Amino acid sequence: MVGIVGYGTQIPRYRIKIEEIAKVWGADAASFKRGLNLNEKSVPCPDEDCATLAVNAARNAMSRAGINPQEIGALYVGSESHPYAVKPTGATVSEALGACPYVHTADFEFACKAGTEAMFVALNLVKSGAVKYAVGIGSDTSQGSPGDALEYSASAGAAAYVMGAENLVAELIDTHCFMTDTPDFWRREHANYPEHGGRFTGEPSYMKHVTGAVNAILEKTKMKPEDFDYMIFHQPNGKFPVQMALKLGFKEPQFRYGLLTPTLGNTYSGSSPLGLAATLDEAKPNQLILLVSYGSGAGSDAFIFKTTERLLKVRDMAPRVRKQLDEHKMYLEYGQYAKFRHKIVKPE
Amino acid sequence: MEVARHWRETPERYRMEAGKCSKCGKIAFPGRMICPECGSTEFTKHTLSGKGKIVTYTIIRTAPDGFEDLVPYAVGIIELDDGIKILAQITDCNPEELKTGDRVVAKFRRINEDGKTGMIYYAYKFVPDVGI
Repeated sequence: MVGIVGYGTQIPRYRIKIEEIAKVWGADAASFKRGLNLNEKSVPCPDEDCATLAVNAARNAMSRAGINPQEIGALYVGSESHPYAVKPTGATVSEALGACPYVHTADFEFACKAGTEAMFVALNLVKSGAVKYAVGIGSDTSQGSPGDALEYSASAGAAAYVMGAENLVAELIDTHCFMTDTPDFWRREHANYPEHGGRFTGEPSYMKHVTGAVNAILEKTKMKPEDFDYMIFHQPNGKFPVQMALKLGFKEPQFRYGLLTPTLGNTYSGSSPLGLAATLDEAKPNQLILLVSYGSGAGSDAFIFKTTERLLKVRDMAPRVRKQLDEHKMYLEYGQYAKFRHKIVKPE
Repeated sequence: MEVARHWRETPERYRMEAGKCSKCGKIAFPGRMICPECGSTEFTKHTLSGKGKIVTYTIIRTAPDGFEDLVPYAVGIIELDDGIKILAQITDCNPEELKTGDRVVAKFRRINEDGKTGMIYYAYKFVPDVGI
């Protein structure tokens, strides 16, 4: 038996409202809010990046796991905003946790599913018996080009999971992947912002891969949508995951805790892992949770978890997602946001 | 900042590791070779709690190189629950709203960088302790 021993998250305090972005670009805020189910998004403080969010989320995960960091045998960070092109984020996170030196680490990249890739590898390393504990983290300070549709959603946040084989808060029932080479979104080396295929990001990309992963894991486990207490899909906006869930036979109560995008934005690699954490914050023991990520390029990772009694004991050992999301928010005007996100060009 | 110096100070900067005198219990941060209380040279590793209160602070409005984009920002002396005082930046706040005595907690943050192509330096900063 393997699964989650501890989980933790970090969401920046700063926010910007959709109206504030739309005002600058002459766009219709109401249509963005209605069409994409987005109201505001998180913005990282200038001293926050993928590594700091990952460390602070992982420390919260360690508080819930209650393990010795020296027992961590592997640590992986998934992101598309690693601070360095060459120098592992995972080394910084491992050092900050006190897990060095006997720890295997790597940085993963696969657009928005890099976080669940890290979780997938961590779970399977524990399952193989190669390590006692492994940490999988999804963390991003996402980029959206000024004025582009992505600017309304690209946000920041991280979720970290300590995987192990005992003292679980959620047992892994099964996993499945669905992946093809689909060019719906990319960022070239040295490019500041990603580019995307507009409507191509929908049907042949997000919809196809999420559907493929869901159908595959349901068939593999002989389960049906109604068997799950909760489900979380990747959330590029507030519209896609709801459309997809209803189309596949899930109902609103199943995603009521996991859908965070309307007030968080798309935290890219942190997106579905944060949704899982918010669901674990509210779930009861012995409940089934379906997690399905999506990363452009393109692929989906599906996981089924079953919660345990220990979840209730450790839940309040770190801040809950809704508390980080809903309380003590600090709102920015667009000019401050542009400065925070280094969108204002200054002489070197 | 020197890359090698930052690297040498990783235990203090990343994990807030202090030295605790094995003889009298005095905590020194950063660690020392000789205890300033009893003269002992025996220390054990002590990880600071990272929680404390603001003793005093100032608001920086004219910043040194590398910190210009952060103004106005607060730098304060924090008295940790472990009993020692340390100097640190206080972030994630409106500095005008800070008060001495406010509870704060350490977070892992970027503290500086060597331009756009050099080393990024990480360490602790403090944020208001609001439970998030």
